Amino acid sequence: MTEMTLGKALGAGLRQAMRDDEKVVLLGEDIGKLGGVFRITDGLLDEFGASRVVDTPLAESGIVGMAVGLAFRGYRPVVEIQFDGFVYPAFDQIVAQVAKLHYRTQGRAKMPITIRIPWAGGIGAAEHHSESPEAYFVHTAGLRVVAVSNPEDAYRSLRQAIASDDPVIFFEPKRLYHHKGEVDLAAPLADASPMGLARVMRTGTDATLITYGAMVSTALQAADAAEDEGISLEVIDLRSLSPIDYDSVAASVRKTGRVVVAHEASREAGVAAEVIASITERCFEYLESAPLRVTGHDIPYPPAKLEKYHLPDLDRLLDAVDRVLDRPNSLTGADA
Amino acid sequence: MSPQITPIADTAQDLELSERILAPDGSRIANPRLDAFVADVDAEQLRALHRDMVILRRIDAEGVALQRQGQLGLWAPCQGQEATQIGTARALAPQDYVFPSYRETGVIYARGAQPGDYVRMWRGEEGAGHDPEALRVAPLQIIIGAQTLHAVGYALGIRHEGADEVAVTYFGDGATSQGDVNEAMIFASSYQAPVVFVCQNNHWAISEPVAVQSQFPIAGRAPGFGIPSLRVDGNDVLACMAAMRWALDHARSGKGPAYIEAVTYRMGPHTTADDPTRYRDDAELESWRRRDPIARLEQHLRNAGELADTHVAETQAAADAVAKDMRAACLGMVTRPPLAVFDGVYAEPHTGLERQRDEYAAYLASFEVEA
Repeated sequence: MTEMTLGKALGAGLRQAMRDDEKVVLLGEDIGKLGGVFRITDGLLDEFGASRVVDTPLAESGIVGMAVGLAFRGYRPVVEIQFDGFVYPAFDQIVAQVAKLHYRTQGRAKMPITIRIPWAGGIGAAEHHSESPEAYFVHTAGLRVVAVSNPEDAYRSLRQAIASDDPVIFFEPKRLYHHKGEVDLAAPLADASPMGLARVMRTGTDATLITYGAMVSTALQAADAAEDEGISLEVIDLRSLSPIDYDSVAASVRKTGRVVVAHEASREAGVAAEVIASITERCFEYLESAPLRVTGHDIPYPPAKLEKYHLPDLDRLLDAVDRVLDRPNSLTGADA
Repeated sequence: MSPQITPIADTAQDLELSERILAPDGSRIANPRLDAFVADVDAEQLRALHRDMVILRRIDAEGVALQRQGQLGLWAPCQGQEATQIGTARALAPQDYVFPSYRETGVIYARGAQPGDYVRMWRGEEGAGHDPEALRVAPLQIIIGAQTLHAVGYALGIRHEGADEVAVTYFGDGATSQGDVNEAMIFASSYQAPVVFVCQNNHWAISEPVAVQSQFPIAGRAPGFGIPSLRVDGNDVLACMAAMRWALDHARSGKGPAYIEAVTYRMGPHTTADDPTRYRDDAELESWRRRDPIARLEQHLRNAGELADTHVAETQAAADAVAKDMRAACLGMVTRPPLAVFDGVYAEPHTGLERQRDEYAAYLASFEVEA
């Protein structure tokens, strides 16, 4: 086991994937000499050369469209979108081309493309640098969507995404790039938990807290705080947003009967809405209270000084936990 | 090579500025730039090009007829563009790979399409009409200009491998307004990718005339990206073939991308869904009828005493046979069963979709129980 940051783990994952398969090529803005604006590709140009670590013109649709052409020729392109808010110019190439070509050709054209997106907020960034666009991609058939929350998962899931014959939108929480954790660099990929499975990060009995990405840390903090009040929270990291591992989710909900789903992205038609709808369909009879969402507001991402009012924090999570447990909360007041 | 960079004044001048080997009356014109590229084309090969164009026109007419008879949801006619499509596609080497738009019926014909390949997508049986690897042609692309980037990406792969191949992409004049086409030219130029851009300027993007897309000859843009270009008379099959051979030679020899603007005309509607009489006048159409690419080559061959009536009759019979096979393939298609809608979305298992598939299967099975 090696202790490393999530950012370094991603770099190690890319390096290993490129060593394992010479058809893996990287495309992106500033990923060569600079090593990417977050330095995730640091050192890869030196090891693999400019034909496999390709610095591109500044054009996101062009980058993803190039990846489609390379996939037609049997490559496994890994695209770096520089920031979450810059993915929109590539939207057509992702949802109309990358996502559909396998289906259109009934598998004759494979699109094993990984699109890495530094993602979400909490770093005080400038406008367009803190978006949470995951719902757009979850809504698009043909894509897999992954959101990692720790260095070990980042290293493993990225290699799995690259090895997958399907296109994967790979969300990397910027807020956690410098967070450290243990990574087993030597463990065989085949032994890792499959990419589509959720993980129970902490077991509990009173309510289930479901989230993904950087919010997993917040949820675990909430579980610690709740424990101080005698409340036992189960925390689930979804890891994969398409597909969502509803078997794991349902097993937890059947145990606890109470659910809070949290994410940074805004609420309307978001991932939490889908998770709660599916929980309601699958295990309505086990529910002891209405499932709740704790999300970003339905607003454009606010300026950096205001983002703390947008992002769900520990207290908003605990307030929702109080509500699903029928404890005094922001709606009922202390006297309820 | 570069086009003459002169603002477009009118259609007639537009054409005079394009490269040509056969005049509209079928006479041969000396073209110092292009003649060498088709010096080997003899009368027999010209008759083969004629045959291709006649068959393509017949396939196209059959496509329109099948749509009018309710057998196809849509058809994108290419009548008038036979010389561009046949001339350029017949210049390709077998190993080259094409990224077409939806109007390239003649290109897939030249690449060996099977009868059903022309209609499978338009009939709505499958998302792509043909096997991309078998023809070395990517699926027809509906999103305007998206395929140009795919061609450049593919060409980047060719370049990395040092393979003796060229990627080719076809698109219309309307597509040149798209960001993707401009990004494709930037990427192609930056990486010196072996890719050939073929713009079929057929003068109309549905109801919008080319002047809405461009106030300047379209081929004139490519040099601005560092890509040499040629503007050819798209109704002159020899000029189209010569230009394509020039472009392919250029790309194949490691000199990077090349660009062709073939100035042609779509005689019919954009697709079977629109009515061109609402947006263009008869006089314009008539002026282009006089430039018909098939008639031009036919006249040229007759002038040279190289077109026997028997050849014309045999060609027409061959075209009718191809159309008959196409119709039979179309009418004989068996729509896949309901659960096939779930097939091929992912290459690997996806639990969410599998669950939906199972639910729908159970729903369908419930009817069987009732029966």
